[in-house]
Amino acid sequence: MTATAPRATAAPAGDAILRADKVTMRFGGLVANKDVDFVIPRGGIVSLIGPNGAGKTTFFNQLTGMLEPTSGNIRFEGTSLLGLTPHEIVELGIGRTFQNIRLFGAMTVLANVMVGRHSRMKASWWGSLLRLPSVREEEAAVAKRARELLELVGLPRRYEEDWAKNLPYGDQRRLELARALASDPKLLLLDEPTAGMNPGETARMTDLIRRLRDELDLTVLLIEHDMKVVMGISERITVLDHGELLAEGTPEEIRSNPSVIEAYLGKQATQA
Amino acid sequence: MAPLTRRAIVAGIAGGVAAVHVSLVGMVGTFQTRELISGIVTIGTVLPMLIALLVGWYAGRTPKTSSEVSTPSRILLHGAIAGLIVGVSLAVLAFIVDTFSLNWILVNARPQLAALLRFGQDPVVGSLLLVGGFTLLGMAGATLHLLPLTIARAISIGLIVTVIASLMEPFVAAVLRNIGLRFLEELLYTRGGLTLPGFIIVFALVTGLAYAWATRGSRVRARTATWPDDRRRTAKIVVYLATIGLLLLLPQIVGSRLSEVIGTVGLYVLLGLGLNIVVGFAGLLDLGYVAFFAVGAYTTALFTSPASPVFTPELPFWGALPFVIMAAALIGLAVGAPVLRLRGDYLAIVTLGFGEIAREIFKSAWAQPVTGGAQGILSIPEPLPFTRDPQSIYYPILFFCILAAIGATTLATSRVGRAWNAMREDESVAEATGVNTVKYKLLAFGLGAAFGCLAGAFFAGKIGVVFPDSFNILVSINALALIILGGMGNIAGVVLGAFVLVGLPELLREFAEYRLLIYGAVLVAMMLLRPEGLLPSRARRAELHERADDDEEIYAQEAGEETGRPVVSS
Repeated sequence: MTATAPRATAAPAGDAILRADKVTMRFGGLVANKDVDFVIPRGGIVSLIGPNGAGKTTFFNQLTGMLEPTSGNIRFEGTSLLGLTPHEIVELGIGRTFQNIRLFGAMTVLANVMVGRHSRMKASWWGSLLRLPSVREEEAAVAKRARELLELVGLPRRYEEDWAKNLPYGDQRRLELARALASDPKLLLLDEPTAGMNPGETARMTDLIRRLRDELDLTVLLIEHDMKVVMGISERITVLDHGELLAEGTPEEIRSNPSVIEAYLGKQATQA
Repeated sequence: MAPLTRRAIVAGIAGGVAAVHVSLVGMVGTFQTRELISGIVTIGTVLPMLIALLVGWYAGRTPKTSSEVSTPSRILLHGAIAGLIVGVSLAVLAFIVDTFSLNWILVNARPQLAALLRFGQDPVVGSLLLVGGFTLLGMAGATLHLLPLTIARAISIGLIVTVIASLMEPFVAAVLRNIGLRFLEELLYTRGGLTLPGFIIVFALVTGLAYAWATRGSRVRARTATWPDDRRRTAKIVVYLATIGLLLLLPQIVGSRLSEVIGTVGLYVLLGLGLNIVVGFAGLLDLGYVAFFAVGAYTTALFTSPASPVFTPELPFWGALPFVIMAAALIGLAVGAPVLRLRGDYLAIVTLGFGEIAREIFKSAWAQPVTGGAQGILSIPEPLPFTRDPQSIYYPILFFCILAAIGATTLATSRVGRAWNAMREDESVAEATGVNTVKYKLLAFGLGAAFGCLAGAFFAGKIGVVFPDSFNILVSINALALIILGGMGNIAGVVLGAFVLVGLPELLREFAEYRLLIYGAVLVAMMLLRPEGLLPSRARRAELHERADDDEEIYAQEAGEETGRPVVSS
């Protein structure tokens, strides 16, 4: 199955992999996102931050097709994402993880990663039913790739045939990452990848994200609450507040931006 | 009062209610005709005794969560309390039945029942015997906890199998005759039950085998595990060939009457395999599965029966099968498309409606020129030339069951099966991971419909007529219940479930009166004691017993060793 034809008018501008123009999302009277303009440079690591309820996850869900913007447009490599279903967006090359880990609990670790590869597989249902040679080859190749990815994210080999739900917490996060990587994404969206982790695990996860970006030619967008992670890993930071764009810039610029400090960091500063 | 004592009393009261219930609905009376041991004791008499035994066993058990220390004397005491309460309940029942005339409202509350319960003794002696005997039975049940686990388990298995062997007398006896073991039949059975030597032999043999397996089984398994690969492969092939040989000879071994039953079981295996794709693999709860069964049967009837005015010239049975498959694809889409956006309970209710709509359409005056309305369609030709003999029609059904089982197993481990499982686990995440959920939902409904329609076609060919009322909601419920009982998502479970839920009631036809009562009780007990089914797939077991999963501890240990701290498992 191929993705629908590009409806885009704008040429892939410069080196931006994703471009959001005046994205607005309304739920009845509630405005979750208002006129958000947003650009992700290709190959970058970009963070989306903001206080709770700022509309970060809503924005994420529009990038992955789980929600459709009320108005505005989102283009990925020049292709408009409006009207595409989530699985079509995965085929275009956007992968994601979830804030509260959502694995396929009663499936094996390996099968979880192999489902992630689904959109890059060709086997039809009747081919699978007859177990054609081409289907068997593809299965073997996908299993091999899945094992490589498990190794890449650092999941021990012995977990392979165990239930995803039985894994320790940190390993579940790694597995979710491997599942997202299995679809060969160009853009990886990570929703709070270090939530609930201790400092050691957090440091290892940040290293992993950086390494994946370098080794797999990824562009990474993350939502994160841990300011140490955000400041340490991001090349650009975008701040949302009350659904609106508050600031955008390098970590240094954001750190010294007075309106950001007031809306977000200021609270932490006074607590500390 | 100590919690365990309270538990014993509650168990006793529950057992008492159950014993009074089986007496009043007439089971004790009816089962007097079936003998457990010829001339000594009948199933009817044993029934309340088994309840006392069971309740005693339950009362004597110490739950793992309990902090109380159980000494042998306390275990026996708890068993005795539970048994005593059951005995007293029955004694009171016998007294009430004797004293007041209740049979205008409860048909079975007659003096005969009281006499039966008191073992035919006079009221005082009989009641004392009843209460004392049942107290001892409760203690006997509790004694199982004092024996080593292997022995207790072997005895329980022996007891259960012996009672079943006795109940199955007409069929087991017929099978023994058909395979030329007449002498064995004469030794073990008389009309209506086991002989005394038969009882002893069966009980001793089964208990002995169960004990041997429990103590030596692991050693046998360990030895086969060290076999070289080629030897293990040979063993596997031998087992497969033996199974196939047995399946091929089955109609000859069991005779005509039982072949009929096995044919019906086969149809339900097909239905179960199809529904298992929809419910077990893809997680779409379809309560209107009978619609597919009906469409298959009616399509066959329309294309093949000279009594149907619609399609002439008439096709032979096999000529109609391609049209059945086409009809299946259409009905699969027709049911699947409108419910794409529905999940869980909502899906179940809408499909329930579809099942009823299908039957009403086939029955309606509007469709009568085509479907024959309530009269249905008669004279459907037989699948095999000139024969509707149950011993022959078994073979095509077997063939399609095997085909369906292989197909379902193959799909389960493929890209398609993974996509279905992902949908079952979390639909929106499956979509966000790249699975086209619309396509795979329709595919599940389409393949489920194909299996259901195939079963319908053979149903029509097997009995030669179709009536709209054969396609009622009970078919859907039966198909769903058998995959739940057998073990959701597992193909061996579907076969076992079909035998237990469809085969057993057919074999025990004489107790048809109590069929739904037993059926209901079995399902309730299953859901409480073993919700994952008799032969669960690993997925379901993991889902329902996650806390008790030993693996978890191993993970915790392993992970703890690695990181040097305890691991939180979510």
